[in-house]
Amino acid sequence: MTQKPNSLFVRISALLVYVFLYAPIIGLMLFSFNASRTNIFFGGFITQFGPLQMEGSTVVQSPCGPFHWFCELNKNAEVRQAAENTLTIAFVASISATIIGTFAAIALQRYNFRLKAFSQLALYIPIVIPEIVMGIGILVLFSQIFTILSGLTGARFSMGLPTVIVSHIAFCIPFVTLVVQARLQGFDKSYEEAAMDLGANELTTFWRVTFPMILPGVLSGALLAFTLSLDDFVITFFTTGPGSTTLPIYVYGLLRRIITPQVNALSTIWILIVFTAVLLLQWTENRKA
Amino acid sequence: MINWLRRNKSAQGTLLISPTLVFMIGLLIIPLILTLIISFGKRSADGNVIYSFGLHNYIRLLGVSYNCSAGQTVCYDPIYTQILWRSLTLAFNSTVVVILLAYPLAYFIARSHPSRRNTYLFLVLVPLWTNFVIRVYAWMMLLRTQGLINSALAWVADLFGRPFTPLEMLYTPGAVLIGMVYEFLPFMILPIYTSLEKIDGSLYEAAADLGANAVRTFLRVTLPLSAPGMVAGTVLVFIPVMGAFVVSDLLGGKQVILVGNLIQRQFLDARDPTFGSAASLILMALTLVVMFFYTRKFGFGEEIAIT
Repeated sequence: MTQKPNSLFVRISALLVYVFLYAPIIGLMLFSFNASRTNIFFGGFITQFGPLQMEGSTVVQSPCGPFHWFCELNKNAEVRQAAENTLTIAFVASISATIIGTFAAIALQRYNFRLKAFSQLALYIPIVIPEIVMGIGILVLFSQIFTILSGLTGARFSMGLPTVIVSHIAFCIPFVTLVVQARLQGFDKSYEEAAMDLGANELTTFWRVTFPMILPGVLSGALLAFTLSLDDFVITFFTTGPGSTTLPIYVYGLLRRIITPQVNALSTIWILIVFTAVLLLQWTENRKA
Repeated sequence: MINWLRRNKSAQGTLLISPTLVFMIGLLIIPLILTLIISFGKRSADGNVIYSFGLHNYIRLLGVSYNCSAGQTVCYDPIYTQILWRSLTLAFNSTVVVILLAYPLAYFIARSHPSRRNTYLFLVLVPLWTNFVIRVYAWMMLLRTQGLINSALAWVADLFGRPFTPLEMLYTPGAVLIGMVYEFLPFMILPIYTSLEKIDGSLYEAAADLGANAVRTFLRVTLPLSAPGMVAGTVLVFIPVMGAFVVSDLLGGKQVILVGNLIQRQFLDARDPTFGSAASLILMALTLVVMFFYTRKFGFGEEIAIT
């Protein structure tokens, strides 16, 4: 669709929408250099290294200068733990969901079996119902299971990393399946049939023909699952327990209490990582094209 | 065994789908059935579930109350129907505003030079991939009484020597609407862009040859052909807004209570899981009904692809 250039009206509206998208993010990043201990107001930028006055009286040692809040963040053990949990969950959940979801996509696209219609429907549900409904369901399930287990064994059970991980796998599978299925749809079954005719068995056909064909789909499915898991708040909120706090949950907890510029420093780092990741992704895709 | 599997295509398919079915049945179907069973039950004194069968939670959601003023045993308490209605109208309003903002940007990107399109799309992806709690927080900072918007306004007022009282923007319905629009805007931009980008350029030439002006071309060619993108975007925006509770919690405070907040509180603060389960199922039913009629009227839109 290349034709006449955009009119002034379109260009100005587009610019305003970009401003709407970016002004909050940029404001957030600027506040991570705030010379105030709470983020209720802007106390100017931190300019000096060494002792620092905040709110008139407090003197804070700031060997990091403008990056004071980033250094404080680095000392924060809770943040480190939350970051570690977030990454562990995202890695385990996205890899598992990618394998399981790819199998499902192949089954749905290449085979006929009795539960096909049911499977298709079940995979569709998590996409069309609000996330909170699924989160509540899983919470109800685990709390009932734990009540029964406690009654049987006398031990106490609580939510934690395992419950978060299996829940993340469950909500990522449909998205992986969707992406891989789309990829499989684009390919003719006859490639596989040709391989079989030439004497390859199912396994060889899969590894030498099907898998290389769908690999781009599998990779983008994995990437989608990884970001969905990394970003998830709702499902995690209802399945997390002591010791399995993730970064979004941690930030939410802070926002309901006191807000320090540490949260902004954390957000700034997060946004920069996302920025670099998207940039790298686009760059590799452009090179492929 | 292996030979049997090799010959039986149906068994192969079942084997490949079985891990998915384990997860979907175990963590989706069974939880939903449990939610349904619990929604008929009662809350015990210590906040646990007593299994029984009654429709009292649903009757309560529809507004029938037994805690009435003197003399009455049954009365109408609109609090929960109001909450449901608020979520529904907010989801509708957010979707409309999101379309109005997303369309010009998607149009701009689709019609710009191909060499620049990736850069413009990249600028849409960065906010989309930034964590959504962080994005709500950004609006808290902008909207609070001593926040960035009020500081900027105070500075301007000071410049003109006018007195200035800070605007109360945080913890209002408007703040929640802005928050929702901001959260889900990229979900609308991308599908609209995809459908605009697919439009064959010769259609515009044909429209121009036949004497249509720019406005007419837009209304009769561009808009109808980009409808699938808007339909797909609507599905991606409407459903999450219906179930949202974080945006309303952080930007609406106690002023704006949505179904999501109602459900969350039943499980964490008020501790009546049976009532929360009923509310959760009503939310699901409401969303599915709206989406069913919507997609039946407009089709499902093929552009549901988030990258």
